[in-house]
Amino acid sequence: MQPIELKAEQFSNYPPEARKLAEHYTATLAQLPPSFVPSLLREVIEYDYKFPVERKAVEKELETITALSPADRTEWFNGFAQIKLSQQLVAYDWVNSPGQFVEQLSAHLWATHQLDAFRAAATSYANRLAKVNPPEPPPIPRLGIATIGQGVTTYNDPLFRKLRPHGVHFTQVKSDNALDTMLNVVAERAKSHPVPYGHWYIDGGAEAKYDPAITCVSYHALEPARAALTSKMRSEIERPGMGPEALRTLMARMKPEDIGLRTSANGNSDPVITRFQLKVLTEASGTQIFATTFAQWTAREALRRAQPVTLLVRFAPRQKQKPMNEMISASANSPELDPVGSLVDADFGSYYNYLNQQRLPGADQSSFVSWFEGHNEAVAIGPKWAPGTQSNVPTDPKQFFA
Amino acid sequence: MSRISTNPLELARQFALSRRDFIRSAAGVALGSSLLQSPIAFAAAAMKKRKVVVITFGGGARDQETFAPEGQENIPHMMKEMIPQASFFTQVVNRGILGHYVATASLATGTYETFNNFAAVPPNNPTVFEYFRKDLKRPPNDAWVVAPSNGFNRIGESNNRAYGPGTGARVILPKHLLTAAASGGGDYSHLLRDNYETPFYTPELGGNEFELQQLGNLLKLSVDDFKSHALTLSSPDELSVYIARRLMREVSPSLLWITMHDIDIAHAGAYSLYVDGIRRTDRLCSELWKAIQSEPEYAGNTTMLILPDFGRDADDDAGGNGFQHHRTGDALSRTTWMLAMGAGVREGVIYDRPMDSTDLVPTIGSMLGFQASLSQGKPIVELT
Repeated sequence: MQPIELKAEQFSNYPPEARKLAEHYTATLAQLPPSFVPSLLREVIEYDYKFPVERKAVEKELETITALSPADRTEWFNGFAQIKLSQQLVAYDWVNSPGQFVEQLSAHLWATHQLDAFRAAATSYANRLAKVNPPEPPPIPRLGIATIGQGVTTYNDPLFRKLRPHGVHFTQVKSDNALDTMLNVVAERAKSHPVPYGHWYIDGGAEAKYDPAITCVSYHALEPARAALTSKMRSEIERPGMGPEALRTLMARMKPEDIGLRTSANGNSDPVITRFQLKVLTEASGTQIFATTFAQWTAREALRRAQPVTLLVRFAPRQKQKPMNEMISASANSPELDPVGSLVDADFGSYYNYLNQQRLPGADQSSFVSWFEGHNEAVAIGPKWAPGTQSNVPTDPKQFFA
Repeated sequence: MSRISTNPLELARQFALSRRDFIRSAAGVALGSSLLQSPIAFAAAAMKKRKVVVITFGGGARDQETFAPEGQENIPHMMKEMIPQASFFTQVVNRGILGHYVATASLATGTYETFNNFAAVPPNNPTVFEYFRKDLKRPPNDAWVVAPSNGFNRIGESNNRAYGPGTGARVILPKHLLTAAASGGGDYSHLLRDNYETPFYTPELGGNEFELQQLGNLLKLSVDDFKSHALTLSSPDELSVYIARRLMREVSPSLLWITMHDIDIAHAGAYSLYVDGIRRTDRLCSELWKAIQSEPEYAGNTTMLILPDFGRDADDDAGGNGFQHHRTGDALSRTTWMLAMGAGVREGVIYDRPMDSTDLVPTIGSMLGFQASLSQGKPIVELT
């Protein structure tokens, strides 16, 4: 089906808020190229489960496209219009399954050497959109915190090699109660600037006590959901004809209740958070088996989607490497841990947290702190910290957040 | 954060220049353009004895963990032992699909294959093994592939009508072999890790793969000895290298292709395991080079070519997640390198002109004396 054939009633299977939105903008969607519309619908169909910033972005995008003159619309979407789709893609039910369509489109773009053209069209479109709708700065300067190396007693190789050039490397941090200090900073910011989903605490292990004003996701709390998911995967892959693509499609169609996420793993029944947790487990690689990957990816997704103004990520030791099939078969038994390998993972993961934070509006005012948990070493990055410098004086971690 | 350029070709060139400068400063080698026509540095081995060993440095490693200054600590063998003896090509661009099986098949056919990366299908175009064996009338045991996982079992020969079944390489899957050998017990799980991108997928076997009962006939290796030695190894790629060395000793194929895959653990998102994979692959490449020099059938007449199938995503591409995947198709994930050493190769030279990963097959054709008539690539003049 071509977008021009779109009718409002075709969105009847969408969740309530998404349906309203799609119906309202049907005429706009009908005028857009077939290589583009499913990507937008993939966002629209998730509207009911999106974070406030995401909802606003989808609304603004649709408003902006609707307001374009015919000439501007042609210019904005010319790159997408040049993308040639297969008959199979055109015939696909992209209205009801836009996510699966986009996956198949991706394979088609690779196979037909149109990926670069699509990337160019997407980049050009995103730049135009950002120019018309410049991102709003956060209400307070963003703060990111990472704690790495939990459980490591000694480590002699240099840490923070990727972060040090951006800030001050502290070698005499007072480590007593430093984690409590950091959790308190997050709580204080959450109370003084109560932005919905604006203050997060992600733990790669069991979460420490935290203020209820904070949005918390932890690897430990999701253990039952992870076990349910890997159990389903194991049974599916034993079915004849089940390949990786079919499995991926199956996972993309899962609902929170399919893996026991009727309520959030932390006890509340926020559908936005349960859906977020589901996606972290079903759309990513490694989050089901490695605590360090879970922490990094969850932080990436929280930053990309919810755009929190405060984010504390506490990395925890992951299990030792074993064959994949063995790792996904692991039950609740305590697996053997790899604290030093996890420290290396987390050191790099905290660099990615920093990069992902700096992609958000207000980057020039943002701060980031990464601390070797239980030790005296940290890096602080931000407007008040001179890049590429070192401090060897005793430092209270409160100074990072003053 | 700003990027240097958004033009993929310009970015690829910048990566290549950086890679060249890093290596020149670290390994003290010369720039190749001045040597291009020098007859002094070029001494090809006699065609009739020439052998070629190809190693794919997989699956997917980036500059910053390899040839960039901060990455050189991960490849000490290549930096200190191999590059001074090698011609190094800084800009090998892969314009195809960045999935390991389809990309490795593209390397082996010299044509960008477009089949489903996760399907157990043969390449659509003739492989280097088929050109070699058919054009030169070589016996089946003269071309071998040692492949990492079950997904690669069809890489030995294509479904091209002019070539196809029976005309390609024998394929040996060490993990498959070990699974069969270990059916009676023993803990070999650390050697049987498979398919990091899709850990749940084990395609059905088919094609021309090596069977367990042939261990004794061809490799002069009892199942018990194989199992005992396997217990001393630490990774699937170590197992592949062990089998490759055995093949070199007992069968001495003229064309041997070894696909490494340990690095692809990166898909699980654990940086330390990814870097461990790079360090191990670096060591194993060095061991293979030493094996080539110590085997009478190979010493002095063998060209070894090492190249990644492709790179991995850049840290600064918001569409990816850095080292974990190779999904964005950005310049960093497409731009790799090739190291050539041994017979007919100038030592200590760097070439930074762009070449295509499909150029590998016609280059091997020029070395061994066959025409890769359906390949999209061109012979690399510096190696022919």
